Amino acid sequence: MAEVNSGGGGGHGKHDKKRAKKMSTRIDMTPMVDLAFLLLTFFILTSTFNKPKALDLAFPAKPKDTDIVDKTKANGISILITEDDKVYWYPGQLKPESEVQKTDYSKNGLRMIFTNGNSKIIVKMNALRKEAQGWDYDPAIADSMFKSKAKPIKGDPDALVVLIKADDKASYKNVIDVVDELNITDIGKFAIVDMTPEEKARLLTLK
Amino acid sequence: MPKVKLPRNTPSLDMTPMVDLAFLLVTFFMLTASFRAAEPVVVDTPSSISEIMLPDNYLLVNIDKDGRAFYNITNKNVRIAALDEMGKRYNITFTDKQKKRFSLMTSFGVPMVQLPGYIDMEESQRLKFTSTGIPMDSTDNQLGAWVLSGYKQYQINLAGKKQEAEAKKETFDVKKFKLKFAIKADSKATYQSVKKVIDVFTTNEIYQFNMITTMEEKPKAK
Repeated sequence: MAEVNSGGGGGHGKHDKKRAKKMSTRIDMTPMVDLAFLLLTFFILTSTFNKPKALDLAFPAKPKDTDIVDKTKANGISILITEDDKVYWYPGQLKPESEVQKTDYSKNGLRMIFTNGNSKIIVKMNALRKEAQGWDYDPAIADSMFKSKAKPIKGDPDALVVLIKADDKASYKNVIDVVDELNITDIGKFAIVDMTPEEKARLLTLK
Repeated sequence: MPKVKLPRNTPSLDMTPMVDLAFLLVTFFMLTASFRAAEPVVVDTPSSISEIMLPDNYLLVNIDKDGRAFYNITNKNVRIAALDEMGKRYNITFTDKQKKRFSLMTSFGVPMVQLPGYIDMEESQRLKFTSTGIPMDSTDNQLGAWVLSGYKQYQINLAGKKQEAEAKKETFDVKKFKLKFAIKADSKATYQSVKKVIDVFTTNEIYQFNMITTMEEKPKAK
């Protein structure tokens, strides 16, 4: 041994024997890295998914209620939400001869009604979205520009006006579902109003 | 035929820079993450396609599935100021310690009479405590009073901030600090109970709301 590892000469045998074995300075970092990435993933996920998403909703001021109700005469539909996820609708104003139809929250229910009624606006909005994809602006500027361009389109006199009317037993989820469908079908003109006694009476006959 | 011996090299990779980066990011996310304190109620919100993020400043009313209302103000200073105002209104004095504790709390759903006791509770006790919700009948509209005082104190706070910024000759974007009114209702809550809260807001001439929802995938355009 001493001869192989001889560093300083044959005479210092005692010293050579005691020399510490040179250890590698490399340590296996794999477990540490595993842990680090685990923590990293955890913090990234919790920090971004924590922020709540919000649905913008405006309620009509009390005196202006009649305004939007009047608008439904020409180009509006009313959605009646009631218990057990049941939903009905009728176009224009409620007259004794008008038909109140049953629908549902599926793709072929409310969304179909809204898409058919608001088809012109949807075409325009999709064109705007396509145009927006080509924009080469800062995201914040592009966003506000999109909003300002979308406003007149959604406010078009031809646009569908929707009145959402929920009775006492309706669930909050259903109301949000309807508002969500309105957002999907680019309907900007809608209001959540109280159900009239006539409508309540009509619903009773349908059950 | 002699076997061809391939030299076996253990692939060793210098992981040090990667580890450095990983820990840097871990540290960053750890420090920026704010942990939410436990809420007194679990509210399971409905889903929508909305992608709007709530700003930092908002007044929040939670409505649980039984229709109980819980109130929260995000800004700590406004919280204390609103508590002060409410205390004066209902003849309850809060100690400085109680105010401090209140500013660190999340949403609460107790009537004013119970509030000092509720503030003094330990967090574990608070979680076991069954809140009755903030009263909002026309005879005892405490939620309305809370909303109004929160709104008022926020405006005062904002005006103070604006003055401060002007004194330093900094630009102050009021729009950025606009107060939002958020309603976070359980999907099982009846519309009637949500309507009651909305009526509280509308009677105070607040008509714009943000309904808190969970995200849902947007249906693809045909």
